[in-house]
Amino acid sequence: MTDTLPVPPPSRASSPFWDATRRRELTVQRCESCARLVWYPRFVCPHCGGSSLQWEKLSGDGVVYAVSVHHRAALPALADKVPYSVVLVDLDEGVRMMSNVFGPPPTVGDRVTVTWVPLEDGRNLAVFETK
Amino acid sequence: MTTDIRGAAAVVGVADEVSPTGVIDVPLRELEARVITAALADAGLSLRDVDGLCTCTGGALMHSVELAEYLGITPRFTDATQTGGASYGLYVEHAAAAIAAGEAETVVIVYASTPRAARKRGEKGLGVFATPERLEWENPFGVMLPISAYALAANRHMATFGTTAAQLAQIAVDTRRWAVMNPRAHLRETITVNDVLDSGFIAEPLHKLECCLVTDGAAALVVTSAERARDLAKPPAFVLGAASAASHAMISQMPDLTVTPGGLSGPAAFRAAGLTPADIDVVELYDSFTITVLLALEDLGFCPKGEGGPFVADGALGPGGTLPGQTSGGGLAYTHPGAFGAFLLVEATRQLRGECGERQVPETKTAVAHGTGGVLSATSTVILGTEATL
Repeated sequence: MTDTLPVPPPSRASSPFWDATRRRELTVQRCESCARLVWYPRFVCPHCGGSSLQWEKLSGDGVVYAVSVHHRAALPALADKVPYSVVLVDLDEGVRMMSNVFGPPPTVGDRVTVTWVPLEDGRNLAVFETK
Repeated sequence: MTTDIRGAAAVVGVADEVSPTGVIDVPLRELEARVITAALADAGLSLRDVDGLCTCTGGALMHSVELAEYLGITPRFTDATQTGGASYGLYVEHAAAAIAAGEAETVVIVYASTPRAARKRGEKGLGVFATPERLEWENPFGVMLPISAYALAANRHMATFGTTAAQLAQIAVDTRRWAVMNPRAHLRETITVNDVLDSGFIAEPLHKLECCLVTDGAAALVVTSAERARDLAKPPAFVLGAASAASHAMISQMPDLTVTPGGLSGPAAFRAAGLTPADIDVVELYDSFTITVLLALEDLGFCPKGEGGPFVADGALGPGGTLPGQTSGGGLAYTHPGAFGAFLLVEATRQLRGECGERQVPETKTAVAHGTGGVLSATSTVILGTEATL
């Protein structure tokens, strides 16, 4: 893979998430006011409007909510992965993320667990594999 | 909507520009001016009558203000809200409310886009979808927008309710049957379910023939007060009810991929109109992809949630079907310049007037135009009716 994945530099809100990926840890915010998880990283809770959000580590385990097998590479870095699956994963703790499953496509309801694609700057990108 | 607008305003002029090749190689401002002039002529009005303007394309910053200057008009009501393909129904809703409130009398709504020209310039990537959130949380996974999002929704619907590929394909087949009868449609060859299923995948489970066209095009509408509407050139298409809603921007943030904000805007529009889905003669549902139509049918109440597949399976949406839908040939076969919303309203109005020639649905008195914007993100539902429905 010569082309690199186009992952933007962290924002002020997302820096803790990306720092944790350097340790291969999947983390999300939890709102101190309503105790609900918040994905993607923000400065305000989209559930209750609370502004105190704390980071916590997830298990990395979840279930495929939806999948679309892509037959063209949308990014040069994915050219050798075609066909690849774009998935929405419901993490066991209760947030939904977009990600990939490479190799044989999963189906809705499949158990998956996080695995990591290294980025050039030492961060890692969370993708999933079937369990 | 909070104001009672039933019958307060009507669509009195419509026009659209499409091309057999899909290409209209003129500057956007020229295209906008042409289609506005044609819509006003259709109504028997002129630019001097216009005191409201709605648009969200063509300008660099203040879309409606920039176009107003170009046209030499001084609108007291403008709206440049951008909800993608839902914008144009939202404009009808807002225009009707403004007219009912006395804040405007004659409002022009316009859309023009030349994506074919943009493609020639070599623009690619996420384009208008390149928000900071998508670039960070979706783009690294190789999404192609909007198709990836609609494909995920189709997959979820199939997995949850057992909807089949053939049922979704039937929507493309029936839409094409309308296009065959529309001399201005881009694609006019009959297709079969097998043609659709054999057309290949870009993003499963959507086949190529389940995806809308990319063409250049423009459309305009003139909305005015009911009182004035009755003195104009064509029979008015009265605004009986209209409502809008938005539930998310990114597909990964959509609460339930099988329920669109049409579940809010649809029932609200029907309440405003005092009608039920059983009262509707023709539907013009945004068909960016086949799944968009299926979800709209369910969310608007034409069938229960999850039963869209069986509902469309026997050709209900086609000519002679129980619910004639996308009668122009839709975004799948008529034209699709990036947002089809305005064209839905143009076709609904033409059906109510009886102007549709071979594809005319007999005795059309009520029609729904339902726009969907973004990635099932925002919707607008407009219910139009003839004088007899007031």
